[in-house]
Amino acid sequence: MANSRNLRDQQGPYFGEFGGRFVPESLIAALDQLETTYRTAQKDPDFQAELAELHRTYTGRPSILTEVKRFSSHAGGARIILKREDLNHTGSHKINNVLGQALLTKRMGKTRIIAETGAGQHGVASATAAALFGLECVVYMGEVDTKRQALNVARMELLGAKVIPVKTGSRTLKDAINEALRDWVTNVDNTHYLLGTVAGPHPFPEMVRDFHSVIGKEARAQMLQEFGALPTALAACVGGGSNAIGLFHAFLDDEDVQIYGFEAAGDGMDTPRHAATLNFGKPGVLHGARSYMLQDEDGQTIESHSISAGLDYPGVGPEHSWLKDIGRAQYRGISDSEAMDALRLLSRTEGIIPAIETAHALAGALKLGRELGPDSSILVNLSGRGDKDMETAARYFGLLDAHE
Amino acid sequence: MSKVTEIFERNRKSGESTLIGYFPAGFPTFEESLEACVAMCEAGVDILELGVPYSDPVMDGPVIQEATEVALSNGFRLVRIFELVSAISKRVATPILVMTYWNPVLQYGVRKFAEDLKKSGGVGLITPDLIVDEASTWLEVSDELDLDRVFLATPSSAQNRVDRTAEVSKGFVYAVSTMGITGAREDLDRKAREVVSKVRTASGSQNVAVGIGISTADQVHEVNSYADGAIVGSVFVRAYASGGITELKRVTKELSGK
Repeated sequence: MANSRNLRDQQGPYFGEFGGRFVPESLIAALDQLETTYRTAQKDPDFQAELAELHRTYTGRPSILTEVKRFSSHAGGARIILKREDLNHTGSHKINNVLGQALLTKRMGKTRIIAETGAGQHGVASATAAALFGLECVVYMGEVDTKRQALNVARMELLGAKVIPVKTGSRTLKDAINEALRDWVTNVDNTHYLLGTVAGPHPFPEMVRDFHSVIGKEARAQMLQEFGALPTALAACVGGGSNAIGLFHAFLDDEDVQIYGFEAAGDGMDTPRHAATLNFGKPGVLHGARSYMLQDEDGQTIESHSISAGLDYPGVGPEHSWLKDIGRAQYRGISDSEAMDALRLLSRTEGIIPAIETAHALAGALKLGRELGPDSSILVNLSGRGDKDMETAARYFGLLDAHE
Repeated sequence: MSKVTEIFERNRKSGESTLIGYFPAGFPTFEESLEACVAMCEAGVDILELGVPYSDPVMDGPVIQEATEVALSNGFRLVRIFELVSAISKRVATPILVMTYWNPVLQYGVRKFAEDLKKSGGVGLITPDLIVDEASTWLEVSDELDLDRVFLATPSSAQNRVDRTAEVSKGFVYAVSTMGITGAREDLDRKAREVVSKVRTASGSQNVAVGIGISTADQVHEVNSYADGAIVGSVFVRAYASGGITELKRVTKELSGK
């Protein structure tokens, strides 16, 4: 593996042959401004201190590690340890990035943020930051997702954001991003596009990764301190890939730590209804970056399928494409039913209800534990809590019918 | 000199406006789009901008988005763009530029796409989501095959970016009139004049056409008073959708003043 000692030092716009800025010229000035503002902030101790203080007093960082012994008895005896991003304010890792970008929005003198959301976690986090900083907030959400995540729509509205259901294309996350990009092209003077994942044009993949890298930095130190060793393997779910890269980044140069991302296999890896971009996609350009994506031979994006709105995305961040191609990380698929089984298992064995997205990582960790054996330890990014998924889960498990 | 450049020269000498007209390939079907494009060219469009339907058209407003969705749902396949260009070229002499988002070209293969475009009689590409910085392969291939390449300049583009865009564009520079996506607007932004003037500053010889938001004959005329051409899209799509070929011809004649 080339440059194996400095994988952590990768900066955009390119990760190997992936990344770049494949966007209309209209957005270049805004991307340049964002990059300049970000580079200045990176070196500014005041910015770093302000963000750290927000994380301490508002997000609730550092998030803890929880070893789940009853759950891991189903994983061939491997130790499973959770990084509890579900305990962050707003219930997922998304707040890490949102606070960072909200501070940058203020620095750029912009007064309005727009965001896309699939499951609603990023939309809620964005609406939260907008409320905290007094910014106007518009969230684009696929019409299909506004229905399966109605509670999160209400949450965003209560926080003062305007939620716009997107009725074009597949009416899910992909189309919400298209609509947000159209808004940004039109209103770029006063608006920052607070992109919620490590996809999109440079500098988003690098910048969003950096804001989430606190997850892995904390977890790495906590593993050493509390368990006396680094884990055998890391596990995280991958849609766009923000929570995964946040966990992975600090460990990229720890060659003995194996890295696994789990994509949504929907109905199954042997069916066409999935969102396993890194397993079944081909490199192409979508939403501003070159990366793996689900597409037909004409380059038209293929609609993805997953029970999890947050993983239901036919693209993936360019750094993941690069980590896959250089062999540093492996990406596997977890079906809807495997994820839902893991969701119920963690709930019943540990009293922790994870988000359906996160359940893909848990299902992956169960399988991984059986492969790696009883001497192994697996650090799972518990990226979000399952409150928002209660309706989907209740319907899936038939819990609503029983009381009707 | 490219066919597109010749048109600008010709119209400049005769004092006529230049009208560049967009229509989506395969809308609503392959055959109907062929007839629509021929009708537009016969009714006075000077340069045809033939759009490749794409699943994620982030630079397009609702009218064009919906039209390209119709084209795709009616089974439009990328390879037929060359067939369409060739069929239009057999019936009218109007130069045809293909407008396409970048991923379809990437998947087809940049070189193969360019070669097949050349063979079919197309004169070049307009690439709304390909900036010059990311275009090295396309620059190389289009030089080799002598194809036009139209890049965008916008109100927010810094002069040094416009310099580079004007330097490498062939055919013309697409001046985005306003910060926004395609779709008719009542008033043309004064920013259009600023973008054109940036292109003029960058190059004394490069042609520049203004697009986005143009919907009336007056606007076409006004734009032609300070730029080399006006680009119109949504209006043609809407005309065709509401009144077929007859309405499309009427609107084209009205806008071209011919």
